[in-house]
Amino acid sequence: MDLDHQEEVLKDGVWAALERRNISRRDFLRFCSVMTGALALPSRYTTQIVKALEQTKRPALVWLEFQDCAGNSESALRAGHPSFADIVLDLLSWNYHETVMAPSGKAAEKSLHDTVTMERGNYIAVIEGSIPLAENGVYCTIGGRSAIDIAQEVCTNAYATIAVGTCASFGGIPAAAGGVTGAVGVSQAIPGLRLINLSACPMNGANLAATLVHYLTFKELPATDNLGRPLFAHGDRIHNDCPRRAHYDAGQFVQEWGDEGHRQGWCLYKMGCKGPATDYNCPRIQWNDGTNWPIGVGHGCVGCAQPGFWDTMTPFYQALPNVGGFGVEATAEEIGLGVIGAVAALTTVHAVGSVVRNQRAKKREGDLSRTRAEPPQAPNLAATNEATWKWPNEAEEE
Amino acid sequence: MTRIAIDPITRIEGHLRIEVEVQGGQVTDAWSSGTMFRGIEMILRNRDPRDAWVFAQRICGVCTTVHALASVRSVENALGITIPDNARLIRNLIAGSQLVQDHVIHFYHLHALDWVDITLALKADPGATSTLAQSISTWPKSSRTYFKGVQDRLQAFVNTGQLGLFANGYWGHPAYKLPPEANLLGVAHYLEALDWQRDFIRIHAVLGGKNPHPQSYLVGGMATALNLDNEATVNADRLSLLTQLFQRGQDFVAQVYLPDVLAIASFYKDWAGHGAGLGNYMAYGDYASDVQNVPDTFFFPGGLILGKDLSHIQPIDQQQVAEYPRDTQRVSEKGENA
Repeated sequence: MDLDHQEEVLKDGVWAALERRNISRRDFLRFCSVMTGALALPSRYTTQIVKALEQTKRPALVWLEFQDCAGNSESALRAGHPSFADIVLDLLSWNYHETVMAPSGKAAEKSLHDTVTMERGNYIAVIEGSIPLAENGVYCTIGGRSAIDIAQEVCTNAYATIAVGTCASFGGIPAAAGGVTGAVGVSQAIPGLRLINLSACPMNGANLAATLVHYLTFKELPATDNLGRPLFAHGDRIHNDCPRRAHYDAGQFVQEWGDEGHRQGWCLYKMGCKGPATDYNCPRIQWNDGTNWPIGVGHGCVGCAQPGFWDTMTPFYQALPNVGGFGVEATAEEIGLGVIGAVAALTTVHAVGSVVRNQRAKKREGDLSRTRAEPPQAPNLAATNEATWKWPNEAEEE
Repeated sequence: MTRIAIDPITRIEGHLRIEVEVQGGQVTDAWSSGTMFRGIEMILRNRDPRDAWVFAQRICGVCTTVHALASVRSVENALGITIPDNARLIRNLIAGSQLVQDHVIHFYHLHALDWVDITLALKADPGATSTLAQSISTWPKSSRTYFKGVQDRLQAFVNTGQLGLFANGYWGHPAYKLPPEANLLGVAHYLEALDWQRDFIRIHAVLGGKNPHPQSYLVGGMATALNLDNEATVNADRLSLLTQLFQRGQDFVAQVYLPDVLAIASFYKDWAGHGAGLGNYMAYGDYASDVQNVPDTFFFPGGLILGKDLSHIQPIDQQQVAEYPRDTQRVSEKGENA
């Protein structure tokens, strides 16, 4: 870190601003260098991160929850550098977030409305949970409005949208086979947004913090892969970064839960680990302030950062087919091809299984619920507005 | 007669709408509705039962882990599987730490803003807050300087004019009963608890790989590998970390959370009469001291209380648990409400 230069920047008045925010100098320097590292930036960018905090007005953010479990909200609370308190008090104006905001009902809606109208084009919209498109959006309503109706208004008026978790990114669990709500991710519900997908179930709060700091520092979203996921978090395959990789290459596999290999921390590939088909920085940053991660505890990866993992990665305890055979000598390209093949094969297998199961289920109880809803389509905006679903006995709140 | 709808209800997990009918200043009728549906039960059908817990866990990310535990237990129960004793202990540690963390988060980050008026904290005398804090607890962060620092941070935040999560709150409403110094104490511990919950729940990372949604359950046991001498497993170093985390957790609960609950409750004694409902209560109990997961061995025993009769706790008959979908919001195939 270029400490001398940083010293100058601090003398230029930034320090005074930070002191008013009651951030200790030590904490602040640590935070800036941790962020520079998390974003895989050269250390000279630390200075730019310092400068970003100089602004007097904090950029606004609204966090909407649709078909969610609040797991991503909780994961945001677990962010350590910067912490949730630092983010909401010092870095951003966190204006709407149902799980933690003070007001309810109309007062809460005012917080959202004020941001959308007064910060138009300048705020960040965070979406947690999938958006159900079936039955005119009846499967998720807030204040009598459907999720898609709210998302259309809030996301199209935002500077950018951050989809947190696999549900908001790709549909996630409500979109898994057997679901009837027509759930989709934000990119499918509202095409054309400036959007980043922080997938995983839930996404790691540290990656959210890094994305927000990137936005604050450079006024733009980080670079993404072809699925809209940030490269700093999804640029590497878990299998390639895995601390147990040497055991894979050496053919040392856990064969049975609790066997000697399991107790020695060997490779979990044969126990169904989906690390060879999953792109995430789990092994590098780990979870809960870098304490541990699923493979580190002795359970395989379930592939939660990948689209459709509830269908393509299940059964979770079945080894991925066609992955074996490459060792340290294989090229990255060959590995990539092998994995694409594996995922495609799984998708096919599952689709066949679903059809068989559907027929069986229908025969047994004529159960309509097992039939997958029509592939969800992004709705025509005008039609949606016209047909906005109303709560029976809808009444105005006083 | 006025009908009021409050939607969204915030600081809960999930989507809730409450409608009330008010006549002469009294609530005469009320309706509550969950306004979000995912259909996890339908998605789970016909899947591999060993996978079920991963799905079930996603029912809730605030009370993470408990639905996973219920799911593996039900599969084990159906198949007559007895888990190893170490698995029982690890499950109890994960569930127990979840219970503790959830209580603290619920009190400070979800519920406290109904009792603590953060704007009044600005009017508090930090010295009086220090005196109050030291009168109810031995928690070391209780000096005048400390509370002055919290107040200054809050004042700097308010001075920006961007109140964020706290904008449009019900500040100044007469239902807030705490004196200024107690409000400042509440704000300080709201912030401390934000840091505490992040630290304490590392227990889940050690034993379950991560939180939210720990990932070490297995039908038949736990995947948590124990080997004191191996770097890659739960080893002596990890056990020592666990000991520290439990100790810090216990300190915070005993010296901050419980004294605060009692102190704040003393200003809201009339609330004790709210929400009794019909007076029928059921708790299944948990934390088995036996691998068979038999209710008789639970550290927290379960039972049934009928008609507020606390002197007579009846056993639960699982066969009597039933679902009544009568009031479910139904939607016809055309998308109309039926």
